[in-house]
Amino acid sequence: MDWGNILGNAAGELISPTTAAYALAAIGLNIHFGYTGLLNFGQAAFMLIGAYAFAISVLTFGAPLWVAVLAAFAASILFAFVLGIPTLRLRADYLAIVTIASAEIMRFVVTTTSLTNVTGAANGLSNFSGGFYDINPLPEGRYGFGPFVYSADQWWVRLVGWGIVLLATLLVFLLMRSPWGRVVKAVREDEDAVRALGKNVYSYKMQALVLGGVFGSLAGVIFILPRAVQPANYGTALTFFIWTIMLLGGAATLFGPIIGAMIFWVVLSLTQGILYGLIDVGILSFISTSQAGQIRFILVGLALMLLVIFRPQGIFGNKKELSFSV
Amino acid sequence: MSDHSSSAATPAGTATSVLEHPLVDGPVGPGCRKTDPIVIADGVTRQFGGLTAVDVEHVEIPRGQITALIGPNGAGKTTLFNLLTGFDKPNTGTWQFDGKSLAGVSAYKVSRSGMVRTFQLTKSLGRLTVLQNMLLGAQKQKGENLFRALFRALWKGEEADITTKAEELLARFKLDEKSEDYAASLSGGQRKLLEMARALMTNPRLVMLDEPMAGVNPALTQSLLGHIKDLKSEGMSVLFVEHDMHMVRHISDWVIVMAEGKIVAEGPPEKVMEDPAVIDAYLGAHHDTDLGDIDGPNPVEEAEKAAAARHADEHDDHEQKHGKDEA
Repeated sequence: MDWGNILGNAAGELISPTTAAYALAAIGLNIHFGYTGLLNFGQAAFMLIGAYAFAISVLTFGAPLWVAVLAAFAASILFAFVLGIPTLRLRADYLAIVTIASAEIMRFVVTTTSLTNVTGAANGLSNFSGGFYDINPLPEGRYGFGPFVYSADQWWVRLVGWGIVLLATLLVFLLMRSPWGRVVKAVREDEDAVRALGKNVYSYKMQALVLGGVFGSLAGVIFILPRAVQPANYGTALTFFIWTIMLLGGAATLFGPIIGAMIFWVVLSLTQGILYGLIDVGILSFISTSQAGQIRFILVGLALMLLVIFRPQGIFGNKKELSFSV
Repeated sequence: MSDHSSSAATPAGTATSVLEHPLVDGPVGPGCRKTDPIVIADGVTRQFGGLTAVDVEHVEIPRGQITALIGPNGAGKTTLFNLLTGFDKPNTGTWQFDGKSLAGVSAYKVSRSGMVRTFQLTKSLGRLTVLQNMLLGAQKQKGENLFRALFRALWKGEEADITTKAEELLARFKLDEKSEDYAASLSGGQRKLLEMARALMTNPRLVMLDEPMAGVNPALTQSLLGHIKDLKSEGMSVLFVEHDMHMVRHISDWVIVMAEGKIVAEGPPEKVMEDPAVIDAYLGAHHDTDLGDIDGPNPVEEAEKAAAARHADEHDDHEQKHGKDEA
């Protein structure tokens, strides 16, 4: 087994654009669930909407980069309103049902063959990120250190992706220390109490849904910059990976989503490397490499179960907060 | 006041002679007009399926006084509270607060207009600190706007002001030691205090307390009573729901009695307790009919009579409870 390679790949996941995209989506989900208590089980839909809005603006309408990003913003805001207007007046569980259903609806809509010329149906879309790499100011060539040696374009997408993650974290920090953050956290605890104190709970829930959705949509854009848009990527599994990441890092914590995403991807990479290595050297002879790929996700499920049983507050979470049954 | 032409309900079944009271404009009775009402409600009904939970023809809450809303379980007191504060929607009815119609207005707007409530089951915000609970009560905060929230300079000063106010209130309610603790760590009685203090942060004109004394130990009850009296001396009007007649007698200026959704009696506390409608409401209309004579021999009745004879020297209080159980 080539341990250097396995560890190198795992280290690469620490700063990969995919990790950044998952972290950003988890930051959005953290605003929904961690701070405001909204049970959003359709974060994948926000990522899908961001990705498709961006790709379609570029490919179908020939829009420049900034217009494509604005389109991703606008589409996710619209989607948040469509979800929120009927459901945010209802009890929290209804939002959960509506979000999980609408995420599936969105995925089927983009997969439908009658939209092939716009969405590419099951084949998805590709070759839309030219505008993004055109504005890359980094010098040509491959550079870096240790396991982190990348081309200029690879560095560019990492810099932008993590830059956005840090900005989003800063924004969450600024909001959650403010009176606005106090209101949304209070909404999480008890809506009626907040209503009785003269706050428009519906409006705050909508603001939180939109804000977290916009982060999800931006995450969708970062996710597709280094790859093609594939509708199969936006199944419910994606939503649950984002949930795993958020719970792993700790809900309602500032850096939880980032660290959660890093651990998630590093562990996936490590288990893959180790399993493949074991198959390679013949220790694991009874499974194939494609089966090993699935085993990784079984392990993710197992890890999530162990996590919520033994450390429900996540890595950064405050055990004291959780000791109150609320 | 504007709406006084409407029906002041006839004091049906009330045997008391015509009574006058300084708070009341005209004779005292259920639905009587007040000289200076802060809330006037008309024709408020609320049905749950076939059950009419609230059916109030006319009621007025006097301004600047402590009004108790009493009645047996299921009388519709809390439902009336929910309706008036916008937490529930009535089938029919209008009401106004300080001359402003509040029918159909959502709960948060009712609260903003100066009519703030607490809940029977306390709603402390568990994973917020006691101080944060308090700060949440302050109205019209600049930092509660999503965009202004990002710039601390815009709300820092205001935050300092309301923190000072919150700390003063916490000290008054003897919760200042706890201000950095999570609200979830408070005892039941302390949560009641916190909820009341938090409501005061909104600068209300009418405080509506839903069973403020329920589940509070006697020592805390005394201080809660004191706080309620303080509200009045600060010029606020208070409406509270309570079961315990002794508490009511202690602090209220006016008592409104509900039973089966209707206002059945009103009056100053010392008089209202003698009202036959109240005794009926609490003990049942047939509490003094001897069922045994109608239905033939009743072994339970016999046994109870025997027991009553044994305890004949026990005081009235006990007997009342006894009768209540029977009803």
